[in-house]
Amino acid sequence: MSIQVEHIHKTFGSFVALDAVSLDFPSGALTALLGPSGCGKTTLLRVIAGLERADSGRVVLAGEDASDTHVRQRRVGFVFQHYALFRHMTVFENVAFGLRVKPRRERPHEAEIRARVMRLLELVQLAPLADRFPSQLSGGQRQRIALARALAVEPKVLLLDEPFGALDAQVRKELRRWLRRLHDELHITSVFVTHDQEEALEVADQVVLMNRGRVEQQGTPIEVYEQPATPFVYGFLGAVNTFHGRIEGAHLRVGAATLAHGQDQFALDGEAVAFARPHELMIVTDPDHADGIAASVVRILSFGASTRVELDSLTPEPDSALPVHYEVILPREQIQALKLVEGQRVRLVPTRIRVFQGQAA
Amino acid sequence: MTHPMPVPFGAAPRFAPIRQTRVLPGFPLALGYTLVYLSLMVLIPLSAVFIKSASLSWPEFWAIVSNPRVVATYRLSFGAALLAAAINAVFGLMLAWALVRYEFPGKKLIDALVDLPFALPTAVAGIALTALYAGNGWIGSLLEPLGIKVAFTPLGVLVALVFIGLPFVVRTVQPILEDLETELEEAAASLGASRRQTFTRVLLPVLLPALLTGFALAFARAVGEYGSVIFIAGNIPMVSEITPLIIITKLEQYDYVGATAVAVVMLIFSFIMLLAINLLQAWSAKRTGRNR
Repeated sequence: MSIQVEHIHKTFGSFVALDAVSLDFPSGALTALLGPSGCGKTTLLRVIAGLERADSGRVVLAGEDASDTHVRQRRVGFVFQHYALFRHMTVFENVAFGLRVKPRRERPHEAEIRARVMRLLELVQLAPLADRFPSQLSGGQRQRIALARALAVEPKVLLLDEPFGALDAQVRKELRRWLRRLHDELHITSVFVTHDQEEALEVADQVVLMNRGRVEQQGTPIEVYEQPATPFVYGFLGAVNTFHGRIEGAHLRVGAATLAHGQDQFALDGEAVAFARPHELMIVTDPDHADGIAASVVRILSFGASTRVELDSLTPEPDSALPVHYEVILPREQIQALKLVEGQRVRLVPTRIRVFQGQAA
Repeated sequence: MTHPMPVPFGAAPRFAPIRQTRVLPGFPLALGYTLVYLSLMVLIPLSAVFIKSASLSWPEFWAIVSNPRVVATYRLSFGAALLAAAINAVFGLMLAWALVRYEFPGKKLIDALVDLPFALPTAVAGIALTALYAGNGWIGSLLEPLGIKVAFTPLGVLVALVFIGLPFVVRTVQPILEDLETELEEAAASLGASRRQTFTRVLLPVLLPALLTGFALAFARAVGEYGSVIFIAGNIPMVSEITPLIIITKLEQYDYVGATAVAVVMLIFSFIMLLAINLLQAWSAKRTGRNR
């Protein structure tokens, strides 16, 4: 079932948490709300759940305006970062809670509750732990119980607030894959909040990037990674090299160097910022090459199939005493052919570059 | 201190053998210190009460403790103490809740006020309460036309006991409440639980052990309370006399043996009730999975 939010506005005192946020979460998809801390992603999730009231705007769940519906009636499953399991109840009772508190008319029979809870515990692969207490479980297991508990009431949508945030790296990765598989089985419209770009890109069908209470971009993981809409998205998603300079016709002037940008939508010359991913830079060993940025090789890190080369620019930016740092990733064979050594002077030529004019990164 | 017999391998010892390497050292020392201290400060003085009263023959003892006037005081002392502790459990919980969950002007002040019944000399509290609740006092003069007499009645005893017992419940429940994440309530609400269900099923079970502790402390304090009660009680025989007053009266008449006899009954009663509350608390803690 779909979720739409329309012009959501929310402030805490003078802090604007959400600024006219409008989004459409596709039905049956797993969407990631991604952004740095304080960007409003958790607030948005809580507004959708009904745990927080927006100052203005609408929340539409499955085509119905739910803005004034209490969280009790919204039928959303909510999973908290720190699990929020009831510590005085067994795993079984935790999952059964949502069924037991139903009004008598709707409450299933004891046998039915038992069957449903056990089915859910099997789904999260924790049926043997039904009689344990939450304090006896690991973090990953607790989060799976929290998920089973949320699913027990057959929610229309599932909302997860940094579900893997409190877990260590290994468990995180495993649980991430598991969540994806689970979603492929259930196809329940799900939204999860994360600040981990890798998590968002790996797990989600759709990624929504947020910054300072606004939506920067929404799209599939490939779209947002390949075609970032704003400098923020470029900087936030994956490693990136940044060039500050001026537009001069078909070229971007960065210090003494010029780069062809291949974009022609710039009517005016002026300040601009350009981005290139580490694999979108070429290293030219001839230091007198006409194009590209002069730089010296600082470190060559060869692990695995590709090699990372770290470089410093030779012409520091005017307003900073430190040299600008660049990163290039090349296949191993190419590095061997170039015969790079540390300290060598080279030129960096982008194969693809994206320029944003008049915006700070 | 004797060392335990070596336990044959495979046999399950009832107690962990002391010689086992422990992470926390000093068990024999700690236990020894605890027992000596408890003996000096609690057990020896209390057993003196039993020894003194043992100089009475059984019929004499029974005659003293089953005197109708004395029996009436048991009823008032324990009845009012239980009721006061129960009232404090309810309102103390509400007060603690307000102090933990809400921000309001003067919160720090109210927080400090809660402890005042601890610090105030009980006689001061008694006189103040009497002045307020007497027929010509501020509150008493409002209640009198309604036919409610507080001062110099059992109700006055109850008011005094509620006053002195309040801090116990607030201070035992408060830290537990501070530990309870609001996320638990949000989780319960998102699962469809009503406010009442959230309270009875999610919050109360977690709070119950602490609430029982506060109840037990308030009860124990109320049973032994003397200073604040005697002023407001009026001390009418068979109506508003408390057991500690009977003991004092006997002491003033140099009837030491009679005083200790009543004291013994009080001690046994109190001990049984506190033991029962502690067992109840252990049971509820176990049920809520805290001991696992």
